[in-house]
Amino acid sequence: MNFFFHTGRYFTLLGRVFSRPEKWRIYVRKLFQEIESLGIDSVGIVVIISIFMGGIITLQVAYNLQNPFLPTYLIGLGNRDTLILEFSSTIMGLIMAGKIGSNIASELGSMRVTEQIDSLEIMGVNPASFLILPKIVAVVFMFPFLYILSVFFGLIGGLVVGPAVGAVTATNYIDGIQHTFVPHYVYFSLIKSLFFGFLVATIPAYFGYHVEGGAYEVGSASTRAVVNTNIMILVFDLVLTQLLF
Amino acid sequence: MIKIENLHKSFDGKTVLIDITTEFLQGQTNLIIGRSGSGKTVLLKSIVGLIEIDKGNIYYDDRNFTLMKQAERKALRQEMGMVFQGGALFDSLTVEQNVRFPLDMFTNQTAVEKQKRVDYCLDRVNITKDAHKLSPSEISGGMKKRVAIARAIALKPPYLFCDEPNSGLDPETSKVIDDLIKGITTDLNITTIINTHDMNSVMEIGDKILFISDGKAEWEGTKTDILYTNNQKLQDFVFANRQYREIRDERKNPKPD
Repeated sequence: MNFFFHTGRYFTLLGRVFSRPEKWRIYVRKLFQEIESLGIDSVGIVVIISIFMGGIITLQVAYNLQNPFLPTYLIGLGNRDTLILEFSSTIMGLIMAGKIGSNIASELGSMRVTEQIDSLEIMGVNPASFLILPKIVAVVFMFPFLYILSVFFGLIGGLVVGPAVGAVTATNYIDGIQHTFVPHYVYFSLIKSLFFGFLVATIPAYFGYHVEGGAYEVGSASTRAVVNTNIMILVFDLVLTQLLF
Repeated sequence: MIKIENLHKSFDGKTVLIDITTEFLQGQTNLIIGRSGSGKTVLLKSIVGLIEIDKGNIYYDDRNFTLMKQAERKALRQEMGMVFQGGALFDSLTVEQNVRFPLDMFTNQTAVEKQKRVDYCLDRVNITKDAHKLSPSEISGGMKKRVAIARAIALKPPYLFCDEPNSGLDPETSKVIDDLIKGITTDLNITTIINTHDMNSVMEIGDKILFISDGKAEWEGTKTDILYTNNQKLQDFVFANRQYREIRDERKNPKPD
């Protein structure tokens, strides 16, 4: 019952979100602010995580390919495909659900309990659309860029760590990341990142927007938002992999 | 004028408002008073449409708010200003931007015109220029309430609603807020409804008072009538404060000169 209640209310909220904005100029201004705070401000953490992720995958692949019959360029290839197919889209999506999702849920939750959302409603502004729509557009717009950035820095991470520990030479690693490249893998993951971006923006927005109570409830809404977003990302990962691969 | 007819509201089977019928007059400060939990906040939020009522009608002059569609309500809301208990200022905006917000959203004024209006509203509530660029977290509780009033009147609304405007304020600041609301109501000839349990406000600015008890409209009158009421529940509420007991006793039995 609870699942149906939340699903119904989630789609009702989306109905309010995707309604005609009161003033486009203000929405566009707000969109750029959201792109900066939710997207650009996430670049640093994406770069750091991706470098380490790429380095660690390279080490793991190298460890599992310790066989004289297997060429070492496979280490680069393994790192590339792992990053492109899963890590830079799904794992990054899960991490962003924590960073961006908790930010959105706690911001909207705080606005709800301090009556700022009621205040917008009284003014005749559609608060769902005004507050949530720019966040959705910003996150969905930024996620593919963050994905590409993550793949790039993941590959750099492998290039730094692989030769540094003597697992693979830089030349072989670079050969590996260029070997049998399948563009569809990238398209597939870009599509996934769009879906994940939508989930990361809307699910936390739903939990934050409907907070009732005080600071404690804002905290627990933020936690529920991250947990539910993570679960839905994994569900969508499974479904999209089956549909698109 | 705002008129309410036979308003009912319940939550999960618990009745909160029972058959409220009253009128709030233009150019006057109309006060809704009552104990905590008596239903006055639910009544105020029902009047502005933040809570959907179960039964009854709410009229803004001759317009039936209850029967309005979402778009019509949205349009009417641009005629409402509301001061929330905590101010409800937008944290991400400065004092000045908070007041400019409704102007940005609903007018096509030039930047200069908007700035002029913002300066006027902030000046009207005695906020000095040096506070215009501060964020809400950098100003005191009393200033937040004053900025909230400035924001509420930015679009020159004919209806002003204040939910516990004096809560958490010292008596001196409360008086400033009361005087401001009274002054704005008279100057702009608007319909103001204030939700309060502060007896000082009642005696200072209560042109019309509605006493709510257990969800019912128990008593209506003016600040003068209130001291002579025979209504036991209202007496218990008003004369819980010794100061007002003394005033009543003195009026009933004036001291010989």
